[in-house]
Amino acid sequence: MNLTLKVWRQENADDPGHFEVYMAQDISPDMSFLEMLDIVNEYIIADDGEPIAFDSDCREGICGACSMVINGVPHGGQQGTTACQLHMRHFCSGDTVTIEPWRATAFPVHRDLIVDRTSFERIQQAGGFISVRTGSVPDANATLVPKGDADLAMDAAQCIGCGACVAACKNASAMLFVAAKVSHLSLVPQGQPERERRAIAMVKQMDKEGFGNCTVTGACEAVCPKEISIDFIGRLNREYGRAILKKGNA
Amino acid sequence: MPLVSNILSSSLGQKYLMALSGVGLFGFIVVHMLGNLTILAGPSAINEYAAKLHSMGPLLWIARIGLLGMAGVHIWAAVRLTRDNRKARSVQYEGVVDPVDRHRKSKIVSTYASRTMIYSGLIIAAFALFHIAHFTWKIPQINGVEVDFETFYVYEVSAGSDQVAYLTPLPDGVGKEGENAVDVYKMLTTGFKVWWVSIFYVIAVGLLCIHLSHGLSAMFQSLGLKTKAYEKWIDHFACATGWLLFGGYASVPVSILLGIIP
Repeated sequence: MNLTLKVWRQENADDPGHFEVYMAQDISPDMSFLEMLDIVNEYIIADDGEPIAFDSDCREGICGACSMVINGVPHGGQQGTTACQLHMRHFCSGDTVTIEPWRATAFPVHRDLIVDRTSFERIQQAGGFISVRTGSVPDANATLVPKGDADLAMDAAQCIGCGACVAACKNASAMLFVAAKVSHLSLVPQGQPERERRAIAMVKQMDKEGFGNCTVTGACEAVCPKEISIDFIGRLNREYGRAILKKGNA
Repeated sequence: MPLVSNILSSSLGQKYLMALSGVGLFGFIVVHMLGNLTILAGPSAINEYAAKLHSMGPLLWIARIGLLGMAGVHIWAAVRLTRDNRKARSVQYEGVVDPVDRHRKSKIVSTYASRTMIYSGLIIAAFALFHIAHFTWKIPQINGVEVDFETFYVYEVSAGSDQVAYLTPLPDGVGKEGENAVDVYKMLTTGFKVWWVSIFYVIAVGLLCIHLSHGLSAMFQSLGLKTKAYEKWIDHFACATGWLLFGGYASVPVSILLGIIP
């Protein structure tokens, strides 16, 4: 199959950037989207051009490195998949595909399709952890966790921090990410000692990084490759309210 | 006070304030509509209702100051949050949303109401100011008719068959603001006969109801009260309330323009 690609090219953070058109020819429908870009890059290199820079690591949908907006949808149009797991069979020969980086002030473009997501790291460093001496493996069932809570915590823990929620949100809000991180630790016993401090500190860092606010449009959960529910944002709203009432000075 | 600073300075805290002030304003919107609908029961009903409301004295002022405060908080939070949202994305996407599963599009693309909250809100605020100047301050220059609403008063006590309470107008220049019952019925029927007043009113309540169709459901989420189990009900409630309020509010000027209310 043959496609026309409209790709965002940007030398570095200071470059204003522009779209460039490339032809992707003889693409197998069984290729993943990133493999298709690899092929296009081969041709660009053969022509002495600068290949399209994009992030990728595991290429099996679990690392969250690949980050690109394909035809206006973060990670492309298929539900519950990252860009690396989107296959070319979902496109038609002759299609024009627009490929852009995540657009958010808190995710400055590094080069082409690569954005700097250290703002997420700083939110995590603000409180997305548990300060305990881990030691050796504890006995099974020494700490009891209700099944329902464990399941919910696991749902939240699925977040791979790819930033698609921010990319899809009309306000570039990081609420789904922060909600998942705060929720997954607040649901298990190990997360209790730092529960209030964590919620306040992570929200504070989120605001500081310049993300927007939640308008409850639901775009985040619709594009999340791990299909994390917007319910966690409601939970974060409760967690934060509880935290500031209980411990206002963290 | 760390609690106060956490609420005022954080995005979540500002959302709480937005939601809570929204609840208060919504309460007023509902009560105001029910009050308006007394006009359907005839002139004496709405005039009596207005007289009872005005006789509440200090309570009325507490309500007015409370509403003004809530409107102030609502607008303050809205302006701050909108400013942050604009800053958070400076470059817009070029690609048009085109998912593989076509039915997903409505989930990814935000609703018209949610995108235009700040505009619908500010237009409603501007309308509210006009509305108060029109019917509360009764500024004669803006009502579009030759008469001054300040002269519309009625007798409060019945004195025989020729002078029925809340129906018989006081002679011109006799009534006084705060002392006599206002002839709200005559004010509304005169005021809404002016076509542009009625059109502005219907447009404003239309925007208000669009605003509420998003706001009422977002309010639950901001306060952490929305979950998947109730999501559908909350969304239906928001949409249905929007339509009900629009019907209730718009029915008054439309009935007056069409002559259903003489």
